[in-house]
Amino acid sequence: MSTKRESNFLADVDLTREKLVNRLFYGTLVVASVFGLVMLVLLIADVLWEATQALSTFDIDIGNFLTGTSSSRAEQAGFGASILASLWLMALTAVLAFFIAVGCAVYLVEYAPENRTTRLIEANLANLAGVPSIVYGLLVLALIVNDAGLGSVILAGAIALALLIVPIIIVATIESIRAVPSSVRDGSYAMGATKWQTIRRVVLPQAMPGILTGTILALARAIGETAPLIMVGTMLHATRYPSGPLSSFSAMPTQIYNWTYQADRMFNGLAALGIVVLLLFLVAMYALAGYLRNRYETDDGSISNV
Amino acid sequence: MSTEPQSGPGISGDDSLEAAHERNRRIRRLLFGCAAVTVVTTVAIFLVLFDNAASYFFGARISEMLFAGEAVERTVSFVEFFTGTRWAPAHATPAHGVLPIVWGTLAITIGAGLVSIPIGTATALYLSEYASTGTRNKLKPILEVLAGIPTIVYGYFAISFVTPILVDGIATDILNPIGSGLDSISHLAPVLLEPVSAWMLGASVGRYSMLAGIVVVGTMTIPMVSSISEDAMQAVPDDLRNGAYALGATKYQVSTRIVLPAAVSGIFASYILALSRAIGETMAVTLAAGFNPTLTVNPFDEIMTMTAYLVSMARGTSAVGTVEYQSLFAVGLLLFLLTLTMNLLNDRLKQRFQEEYR
Repeated sequence: MSTKRESNFLADVDLTREKLVNRLFYGTLVVASVFGLVMLVLLIADVLWEATQALSTFDIDIGNFLTGTSSSRAEQAGFGASILASLWLMALTAVLAFFIAVGCAVYLVEYAPENRTTRLIEANLANLAGVPSIVYGLLVLALIVNDAGLGSVILAGAIALALLIVPIIIVATIESIRAVPSSVRDGSYAMGATKWQTIRRVVLPQAMPGILTGTILALARAIGETAPLIMVGTMLHATRYPSGPLSSFSAMPTQIYNWTYQADRMFNGLAALGIVVLLLFLVAMYALAGYLRNRYETDDGSISNV
Repeated sequence: MSTEPQSGPGISGDDSLEAAHERNRRIRRLLFGCAAVTVVTTVAIFLVLFDNAASYFFGARISEMLFAGEAVERTVSFVEFFTGTRWAPAHATPAHGVLPIVWGTLAITIGAGLVSIPIGTATALYLSEYASTGTRNKLKPILEVLAGIPTIVYGYFAISFVTPILVDGIATDILNPIGSGLDSISHLAPVLLEPVSAWMLGASVGRYSMLAGIVVVGTMTIPMVSSISEDAMQAVPDDLRNGAYALGATKYQVSTRIVLPAAVSGIFASYILALSRAIGETMAVTLAAGFNPTLTVNPFDEIMTMTAYLVSMARGTSAVGTVEYQSLFAVGLLLFLLTLTMNLLNDRLKQRFQEEYR
């Protein structure tokens, strides 16, 4: 009786077929997962290949490339002025975005009452994070560059980039502040500290590695942004060094854009070299963010950095 | 003598209690001001885009009409804008039909979705259901690098790698410069020597093509689908999986009939995010898909997206008052409203997804 039942068990299931289906499915998933990897490798290999090709075919002086200004003659074109402009942009963007973003995050976590205004601010943040970067460029073009008469200067570009990354820094800051254990806060209150003293001397210092990591990652996003700068109306050729926040400029990505769509092969090669420089900046920023995260992050979210 | 806890004026407090409270109130207002900046930004985007877009349709900005008494004169009719099929606002014989560039954006978005949605979902399933923790912890961040690479680099990749393959064929483009014998390959797989476009549709490709744009935008949106979908799949409780296994389900069945349906709202949210990113994508499509506003379904044709139009017409301060300048804001407004709709949809889905298993 029981043996008969056992032999009928799963009799309607074609195990070979099931196994085949499962293996096919698994194979499909692996192939799909590898696709992204392959594209990443192809992209980086392509840039490196084109850059080395450019170095071997054309007579490019690396020193001049890293320090010089761009030129309509490919043999003399350099990337230095663009690198300097990007550094200016990053510094101004960081200053403009950091304080507003941290202030907003502190308000939302520590002060905001549960009401409609707070919900509006939070919903709006999610929306801002999804606005295409080019729209921020349009906003600054109309409001700052033309209506306020500032012109297409570094400061205008930095304002566009700052607006773009404020939501990103806010989200990172909110997470880091929430991760500070309430026992630490209570300890501070027990010592008689006011709310602001607690925030400034206990909560913020402890959340700072997380906040800085988020800020660096946001700046890494900003440094590669091209579209808002083009809308703001930067020069596409960095033919002179920027002298300060109020000078016209072409940053690294806009200069690369210009070189990319030139017909001259040598300019395309310069674009590849420029991309290598830009990617090196990104790698450095990601490494710094990763270092901060590992250095200060502990498993139990303890107070190692106080 | 009292043992009751005192609420002190602060640790280094020489201040009176009242002064400390006053300072806290001031700080609170300052921080609220920071938070208000984010709302002001959204409002400013709305107002500035509407204000400037009005000059394209009515010949004067709304602010000029209200405060300077500018006359309202129609320069571009809404009917022409929304139904016309030729887009050339700056041309000698201008045409103001926005459809070709809206189609350009839609074509790239749909195409990129066809790349990133299946591949991203499959990657998410692999990461969540099949990969070991070690593999997952390595593969997920590596894939996210795809989303962190500046889009201008994708544009360069499209021009220097993807488009040449479409034009010259895989073997000619990759293997020729490396120097492998092309003869041996032509015996094995002659198709590799032909342009991809030729054996697919018998079409020819120029410097720009819709397909190149689709490939690069699709690739850069893969990690948005895979990472966010994977988060949603991880949130599905193991009880559901174990229940299915107990009933004799295979891993394939658990993946497709338990995990996918259970995580569906989070997965859809990731799709919307990826599509929304594709709509707003600028540099890669500009360099890959080109500047020719055409209503075409042939993936090998050059097209123009809304963002590519904005880039091609950007002139900074010099163009104020011209039709080109005004048209920027009409197109920008349309783009903003399109992505805003997607974002709101995404918010709704995200809320549902958060409620589901908590």
